[in-house]
Amino acid sequence: MSLTIADLKKGERAIITDCSSIDIPLKLLEMGCLPGNVVQLFQVAPFRDPIYLNINDSFVAIRKETAALILIDMINE
Amino acid sequence: MSKQIKVALIGNPNTGKTSVFNALTGLNQKVGNYPGITVDKKEGVCKLSRGVKAHILDLPGTYSLNASSLDENVVIELLLNKKDKDYPDVALIISDVENLKRNLLLFTQIKDLKIPAILVINMADRMPKKGISLNLEILEHELKTKVALVSTRKNDGIQFLKKLIENFKTLSTEPCLDTSTIDEEYFANLKKAFPNQDLYKLWVVISQDANFGKIDRNSVNVSRFKTKTKSELKRLQQKETIKRYQFINEILKVGQTVDKSKATDLRSKLDNILTHKIWGYVIFFWILLTIFQVIYDWATIPMDLIDSSFALLADWVKTTFPGGGKLTNLVAEGIISGIGGIVIFIPQIAFLFLFISVLEESGYMSRVVFLMDRVMRRFGLSGKSVVPLISGTACAIPAIMATRNIENWKERLITILVTPFTTCSARLPVYLIIIALVIPEGRFLGLSYQALTLMMLYLIGFGMAVLSAYILNKILKTNYKTFFVIEMPSYKIPLLKNVVLTVLEKTKTFILEAGKIILAISVVLWILASYGPSKNFNDAEVIIQKSFPALTGEVLDNKIAAYKLEHSFIGRLGKTIEPAIRPLGYDWKIGIGVITSFAAREVFVGTLATIYSVGSSSEDNDKTIKNRMAQEVHDNGDKVFTLASGISLLLFYAFAMQCMSTLAIVKRETNSWKWPIIQLLAMSLIAYVIALIAFQILK
Repeated sequence: MSLTIADLKKGERAIITDCSSIDIPLKLLEMGCLPGNVVQLFQVAPFRDPIYLNINDSFVAIRKETAALILIDMINE
Repeated sequence: MSKQIKVALIGNPNTGKTSVFNALTGLNQKVGNYPGITVDKKEGVCKLSRGVKAHILDLPGTYSLNASSLDENVVIELLLNKKDKDYPDVALIISDVENLKRNLLLFTQIKDLKIPAILVINMADRMPKKGISLNLEILEHELKTKVALVSTRKNDGIQFLKKLIENFKTLSTEPCLDTSTIDEEYFANLKKAFPNQDLYKLWVVISQDANFGKIDRNSVNVSRFKTKTKSELKRLQQKETIKRYQFINEILKVGQTVDKSKATDLRSKLDNILTHKIWGYVIFFWILLTIFQVIYDWATIPMDLIDSSFALLADWVKTTFPGGGKLTNLVAEGIISGIGGIVIFIPQIAFLFLFISVLEESGYMSRVVFLMDRVMRRFGLSGKSVVPLISGTACAIPAIMATRNIENWKERLITILVTPFTTCSARLPVYLIIIALVIPEGRFLGLSYQALTLMMLYLIGFGMAVLSAYILNKILKTNYKTFFVIEMPSYKIPLLKNVVLTVLEKTKTFILEAGKIILAISVVLWILASYGPSKNFNDAEVIIQKSFPALTGEVLDNKIAAYKLEHSFIGRLGKTIEPAIRPLGYDWKIGIGVITSFAAREVFVGTLATIYSVGSSSEDNDKTIKNRMAQEVHDNGDKVFTLASGISLLLFYAFAMQCMSTLAIVKRETNSWKWPIIQLLAMSLIAYVIALIAFQILK
């Protein structure tokens, strides 16, 4: 079972591996949410939703349900 | 006069596009509307050298040429239509130096439309702080453009930018990306079907139809070319985005170096507190509280001044042109009172827009969206509904227009429907005058009772908005998917110039738009109050003298004036509805105010001012509206404005849908009369019932 952005803990970094789900808004892709780019969980709101990310140097907030669609590989630091 | 150079400002949101616009145009700007839609159209004129002028159009912010909202669509429609009178000679793509990568995505798309484009890199003064250095030669060469490093904060680079605009004819129109490399097969077929068309343009048209479906073009008919399903098109758009990022990354590898160790991390320090699970909310609430206290405390001084100056002015007109008869009275009682009723709003509206624009400019508003999304979603709203709801405290009209960036239609519709419950600035004068009349002075924990009451009214409005949203969420059924993506911009100290221009512009719009209605209604009211249909009105002097032969002087004049008002057209109208509003604690004079308020709430105070100045003789010592209202008594001698009737009136105004302009905007934004009519009926019913209950309990 693969990890998604929704599994990240605060401060953790990962590499995006897949974001081909049709339910991911195009706007998010344009902000740099593309395979190969680094994503870091920056801050979470109460109940971990929405979450505040640094994707490829763009700072965006998305909801948990969208985050769960984006597959990642963890970066071990 | 020579032809003006047509310039379009294009850029991502939060890149300081407006600052560049303000720096180029200064005060030579105006805000209008695009025909048929309510997207703001900001235009201005910029003087270049040797008498050449540039016409600058500030287009709505967008991340790409794939529109997902009406605002973004405006940009694409214009750039695809060479025949449009605003079609630019040159496009300035405003980008933020801290996020060049993402900004260049849009830049390459504009370039590929073969529009001469200048890359404006804004906030260049932040480069040393962020450890960024750029090789402009490489950037200019690889992107086939001219680059202007600009800092609107320091006013650097604007002159250079003007030079570039002037020499726009030397710019290359070579595209950045070969469109056919996105998908060889697909684009080869497309080329076969439309051999004479520009490939990239075709692609933008096709992908727009799939996403948005509203673009109206006569140049190309692509409907006969439907070889891909929606998801396949999306995959192509994804491929295009990846291709562009590859291209951009290659360029930035050599054109930009970032020394991360030099970057000061203001963002994480501030966001650790401002978006904190507890402190974030405490601070947000504290900011709101401060705003209300300030609006209440600071604005009352200029407001009292305005109120008494207009009373003096009206008096001066009457004494300077004595015996001028009807015309003098119309000016003094109708027009001057009416204008006074508009001008008195200025301090509060200006303060409110001052705070809202500071919160927006600083980047804090996005944090509020982030903090509130989860809470708002429980009520069928989105975190993005917070901005309309907060802007609604200024005016529901821009607030409803601000719902456009909510991606989900259901969340957007609910936001539109409940926004008018928030306390707009037009309710403020009604609140202020009633609060001053019925709420005692005194302090609780350093806050005055009156300020606390005002705060309560804001909270009640907000609470009712949220409650109705909850109910609407249960009633409305849709199967739209929920999208929520919001950029968290970096924190910035707001630019004074931007804030001042926003405050000026919004205040001006309010005065001109609302002012027209208020003034017209004031004059109509004065006429209705100065003429009557029956003998009772015309023979008032005789009747009163007969009934009260002992009266003389001022007392007699007052009696006559009151009698006349009661038998005037407006008096009869008020009397007719009196049975319906009696249970709420209002007399027929307040009834007139309530009726006229259905055009616009702010008319209320002006109406009462007109009615009371018509209804009393000119010998009163104290002529401010407030004092006149305080002196009002029922026939049995009881005061009209008591705690019970005051609270009832406050609650009625808190909930009733009394604004024609808002209804018109709702019609426009929802594209049907169904929603504004539902809104009008439901809100007015709620207002009536709650005011009724409040008065019956308190009296």
